[in-house]
Amino acid sequence: MSVELDVFVGNTTIMDKEVYQLWLNGYTVNDAVKVRIEGGVMEECEASAEVLLSDTMDQYRTFQMCERLLHHPAKLANQLLFQFHPQANLANQLLFQIPPDRQAMLIERYYAFDDSFVREVLGKKLSKGTKKDLDDVSTKTGITLKSCRRQFDNFKRVFKVVEELKGPLVENIRQHFLLPDQLARDYAAIVFFANNRFETGKKKLHYLTFQDFAFCAGQLINNWTLGAVDNIMDDMDVDLDKEFLQELKDLKILITDKDLLDQHKSLVCTALRGKTNVFNEMEANFKNLSRGLVNIAAKLINAKDVRDFFIDLVEKFIEPCRSDKWTSIDVNLYLTHYTNSAHILDTFKHHAVWTRYMGVIKSCILRMYHD
Amino acid sequence: MPGKLKAKIVAGRHLPIMDRASDLTDAFVEVKFGNTTFKTDVYPKSLNPQWNSEWFKFEVDDEDLQDEPLQITVLDHDTYSANDAIGKVYIDIDPLLCSEAATVISGWLPIYDTIHGIRGEINVLVKVDLFNDLNRFRQSSCGVKFFCTTSIPRCYRAVMVHGFVEELVVNEDPEYQWIDRIRTPRASNEARQRLIFLMSGELQRKIGLKVLEMGGNAVVGYLQCFDLEGESGLVVRAIGTACTLEKISSTLPATATHPSNSSPSKDMKEPGFGEEAPGVPLSSGPPTPLRAQTFSSFSPSKSYSRQSSSSDTELSLTPKTGMGSGGSAGKEAGPLKALLRQQTQSALEQREYPFFPLTAFPPGFLLHVGGVVSARSVKLLDRIHNPDEPETRDAWWEEIRQEIKSHAKALGCQAVVGYSESTSICEEVCILSASGTAAILSSRFMQDGPLDTEHRFEEVVSPGCGFCHIPYDELNIPFPAQLTYCYCCRRYKVPDVLFTTIDLPTEANVTGKGCLIQARLCRTKKKAQGEGNATVISNLLPFLEYELHTQLMNKLKLRGMNALFGLRIQISIGETMLLGLASATGVYLTALPSPGGIQIAGKTPSDITYEQHISNMQKKINDTIAKNKELYEINPPEVVEEIIGSPIPEPRQRSRLFRSQSESSDEVSELDLSHGKKDAFVLEIDDTDAVEDIHALLTDFPTPAGFYSCNTEIMPGIQNWTSAIQMFTSVRVFRLNASLTSQGLNKIFSDLCENLLKSLYFKLRSMVPCCLCHLNFTVAIPEDELIQVAVTAVAMSFDKEQLLENGKQSGEKTLIKAITENDEQLQFNLELNAETPSPNPLSSPKGLSEVGSHLSARALSVDYSSFADRCSSWIEQLKLKAHTIRRGSVKTTSSMEKASPLPEGRSRSLRSNRSYSGSSVAVVKMTPLSFIPGAKIIKYLGIINMFFIRETTSLREEGGVSGFLHTFIAEVFAMVRAHVAALGGNAVVSYSMKECVFMENPNKNQAQCLINVSGDAVIFVRESELESTSVQTQSATTHTSNGAEGT
Repeated sequence: MSVELDVFVGNTTIMDKEVYQLWLNGYTVNDAVKVRIEGGVMEECEASAEVLLSDTMDQYRTFQMCERLLHHPAKLANQLLFQFHPQANLANQLLFQIPPDRQAMLIERYYAFDDSFVREVLGKKLSKGTKKDLDDVSTKTGITLKSCRRQFDNFKRVFKVVEELKGPLVENIRQHFLLPDQLARDYAAIVFFANNRFETGKKKLHYLTFQDFAFCAGQLINNWTLGAVDNIMDDMDVDLDKEFLQELKDLKILITDKDLLDQHKSLVCTALRGKTNVFNEMEANFKNLSRGLVNIAAKLINAKDVRDFFIDLVEKFIEPCRSDKWTSIDVNLYLTHYTNSAHILDTFKHHAVWTRYMGVIKSCILRMYHD
Repeated sequence: MPGKLKAKIVAGRHLPIMDRASDLTDAFVEVKFGNTTFKTDVYPKSLNPQWNSEWFKFEVDDEDLQDEPLQITVLDHDTYSANDAIGKVYIDIDPLLCSEAATVISGWLPIYDTIHGIRGEINVLVKVDLFNDLNRFRQSSCGVKFFCTTSIPRCYRAVMVHGFVEELVVNEDPEYQWIDRIRTPRASNEARQRLIFLMSGELQRKIGLKVLEMGGNAVVGYLQCFDLEGESGLVVRAIGTACTLEKISSTLPATATHPSNSSPSKDMKEPGFGEEAPGVPLSSGPPTPLRAQTFSSFSPSKSYSRQSSSSDTELSLTPKTGMGSGGSAGKEAGPLKALLRQQTQSALEQREYPFFPLTAFPPGFLLHVGGVVSARSVKLLDRIHNPDEPETRDAWWEEIRQEIKSHAKALGCQAVVGYSESTSICEEVCILSASGTAAILSSRFMQDGPLDTEHRFEEVVSPGCGFCHIPYDELNIPFPAQLTYCYCCRRYKVPDVLFTTIDLPTEANVTGKGCLIQARLCRTKKKAQGEGNATVISNLLPFLEYELHTQLMNKLKLRGMNALFGLRIQISIGETMLLGLASATGVYLTALPSPGGIQIAGKTPSDITYEQHISNMQKKINDTIAKNKELYEINPPEVVEEIIGSPIPEPRQRSRLFRSQSESSDEVSELDLSHGKKDAFVLEIDDTDAVEDIHALLTDFPTPAGFYSCNTEIMPGIQNWTSAIQMFTSVRVFRLNASLTSQGLNKIFSDLCENLLKSLYFKLRSMVPCCLCHLNFTVAIPEDELIQVAVTAVAMSFDKEQLLENGKQSGEKTLIKAITENDEQLQFNLELNAETPSPNPLSSPKGLSEVGSHLSARALSVDYSSFADRCSSWIEQLKLKAHTIRRGSVKTTSSMEKASPLPEGRSRSLRSNRSYSGSSVAVVKMTPLSFIPGAKIIKYLGIINMFFIRETTSLREEGGVSGFLHTFIAEVFAMVRAHVAALGGNAVVSYSMKECVFMENPNKNQAQCLINVSGDAVIFVRESELESTSVQTQSATTHTSNGAEGT
């Protein structure tokens, strides 16, 4: 005796948020039922385990049927964007009648990811090889393999779609995947990191959260890409502005020219004297720190060094400061004056590049300067 | 050549990838109607082609317009090999043929393939130019409106109800033709889909012709069914009620209070008739002992000597041909209402069948209800030799209808309402069933002038209880029953229990709330072939029916209720078992006496433990009854017995009775001498059946808090529905182990239904407080050890707070509303007289001749070929109990909305913003009910009647049987919604899934499913918007409505 077939179809598709989350988390039906029983839904609704099992299976089936649509929330946006159906697949599909707020919830949750997971793959190539290693990530993070795969596939799918698109990255993601603003920004960071293959996995970088990197990615996208300078729709947001990187080499003069370096130092020291508790350490370390930052700038033209951008920031600047017990106020003060003083130097001509460079460096360092 | 059909193919989207190399598709479209085909250009390399074709024009007969669907095929062009079909769209253009329905079909329709399901969508425009055809001998019936709704549609007024229309067409099933061996499953499925489309078109046209002949312009309660008889063929049959409807327009309501005098009838003007009318108080003479009579025409019914025996009429096995028109009223009815009845009856008998598939009526139409009448017959199927002359099937149904008619007559009724027909087929054995409610319909509509006022007065006296008053003669009751005086008006006799197949009349006085009551039964039977099998089945049927009845009665009493509405008994046959499922909505009618409890009696009270066991059980039952009474708020005002009261309340007092009150009078104690004893329902526990019964009784789980359930349109006691509705279909198939006893089977079947209900409650928990309305269960035995249960229903939320706060107030308000409504619909007219001058001079002679030919056909076709055993049908028996309680009546009239007139521009604006401006798909509501809470239906766009087949050869890959069926049902919903939206509608009302045949072969990784759905496409607007329309521009409001209805 067994139930051979058991379906429930509503004119409006009924979806339980809790079960959806369990499904997204990669629970099997039986595990999900267990979680639900523990959650007390049975007492609440006078249901039996049997009912719960039937409901869970049914919901899981619904989600599986919807998954196909969730992969392309706006598959057609590209072709029909400016014709009569600007909205997307989940919205103009006919199979499921889902209220718009529900649709938004489905998409948002489907594309949501775990910070611990994304830290593992951030900056890695979104390739088959990486996907194969997901079981290691799964054991390490405690996130089910199924959920890891979904998150990874999401990253890859978004990456593939926006990789070749012109225009602002965040906006592209938002339109094609109908994601809320914050989530779209996070995805932009993931895509940006994956595209430039920034190294994030080194031990020294472990203390940084995904949100730290996402913030930095936002800074880089907004200031260092081609799209950042001239707001022309044709520009791409995923690659760094090559011309700018080239120009960064000119900054080297700040450390190669001995006079300039001394002058810079004395200007910064004068400005900071008495305003900080770590003045002596700062004064002693000035040349080292300056060399570190300018060298990073000069090397960015090499793709390999771009990858090491964050590790370099940590090694060349953050670690020395931290060992001297600078507070973030000290760092802020230092970087402000360090940036501004350069403009006063008479022989230094590259003000625009310097501003563009230091603006990002400063906010990145400040964001990354914590325990 | 009276019609020009025009179609334009605009665009496609979401097409599947047909060319693996380019990941694209080179799509083009074939548009076919009848034998004419047009093609669009190929739109190369796109999944979203923009054809923007010219208008394809088909010049066709209107007969073809009615029969044929427009067939749109999307194909992928292939230079080197044959073009691959992507899928098809069938468009029923019938809604376009009626001036009052839709004018254009425009929108995105899913492209459907029977193997792959939905494969993208296509945007089409379809229009029809119809030329007027004045030819009297035409074969078409364009313009007749069809409604699935089993009541008068909300924005119409019935000018005339003409009566019963039925038709059936037969054909060979393509699935069983020799060619099926060599063609692909897809070709076979498509042939079948197309054939059924054609057959239902033809059927509708033929019914339409009958309606025109009768002088009507619409069919209400149109019920179309398929019988897949396998080898022997395919039958499509339909029944309905022919009516003349009039759209309620803005100018009408002012004049609507006047009854129409359109059909003055000679008969009615007979002198002295008025004095004999039922306004005269009924037998206040000395009490007469009731005569218990049990007619039985076949042997098994002798075992019916237990308490709730079913009674049978004096029908012989084969109905006599003369019965239909011959029987005069006076012969079997007592003298009391003879004259009245003679009037209506003779008029009603002029027509072949005084049947009305309607389940809800305008106030005052339904006078008295006798009880449920049903008939079943077991037939052996044989091949349909000549599709053009479906005589055998016709004759079968005729027999059944005759039987129903005579049952109704035995109950003293001239008409049958809530009438429906169904079949169950297993191999070559077929059970035909029909059931309905015997009733007396208002005769006052046939009179005009001064008489009318008096009758209306009578009507006002007892709108809440009148229908409960017995129609049959007290001295000549066809079955044992105990009668009491009505607890509302105290003037007429009522039975102690009332079973009906109709909806609860809106004006009925009900105490408390109702609930779904089901009797479930599973019986094993021996495997047999042919005639032997038919004999076995027909021998089992009466027992099955009897037990279902006992179960229903017990469960009703267990809930402390006294009436059943919407009773539907379904019997399905399988190779080794019979399934019976009776569903109904139990209520406590204030007019009827309170039901007695259930008493358990042991046969051998020697053992102490045994007695204890019995008393435990008794206690349990008593507790359950008490609990149920509380749950359903059945708390009639306490009993006050007085010795003397005025025998008949004064008119003024009576009008107060109309409201709720609990003052008591009681001429009853004096008159009801026959009910001295409190007669409880006794179950003897020694009886193994009884043990089972008790078991069944106690295994029903109460509905969880916040939920109510019923299988009727509305739930008494709930009025303030919110706009949140959720229609759903749930299907379960259960595999049984071999070798189970009947008892074990019973339990399994009962649990299956209970668990399904529990699952539904759990699923819909977020809608609490809510009521599951129109819970429609269908059972089937698709294979030997499988039981399939399918449920379609709608969950509707209601506002509890409001219910408590202004329950009383709203009650009064609806009361007033009901009165005004009553006035307005007084002109509802029943055309009982065949001699009524009809607009079409041809109609009556033609009608008569048709009757004649039918009769002769029937006489000839006493079929020897097929085995026909007639199982007994029984008239629902009325159990008895005495009580001298005076019940206060709580008025529960549902807030039935009258559609208010609305400018035409509104619908146009609705349509215009539908197709292109919206970014997302417009929400289309679906409901099995005839209304949408909180909204007004402003336009009926036509009937939706769709038939789909889905087949797969990769069952596992599609998620197994559940995944397959889940997808298919979702696809069917999607297609219904899309077609409704294309008609310009935003909802389907009276939706039903009439067929869901599921077959699987897991070993071959295959499955097939057939689904037939129907309903009425409508445009509705929210009542809140209606109020605001005066201020805002129309398009703006409709737009917000579309956006906001995200429920």
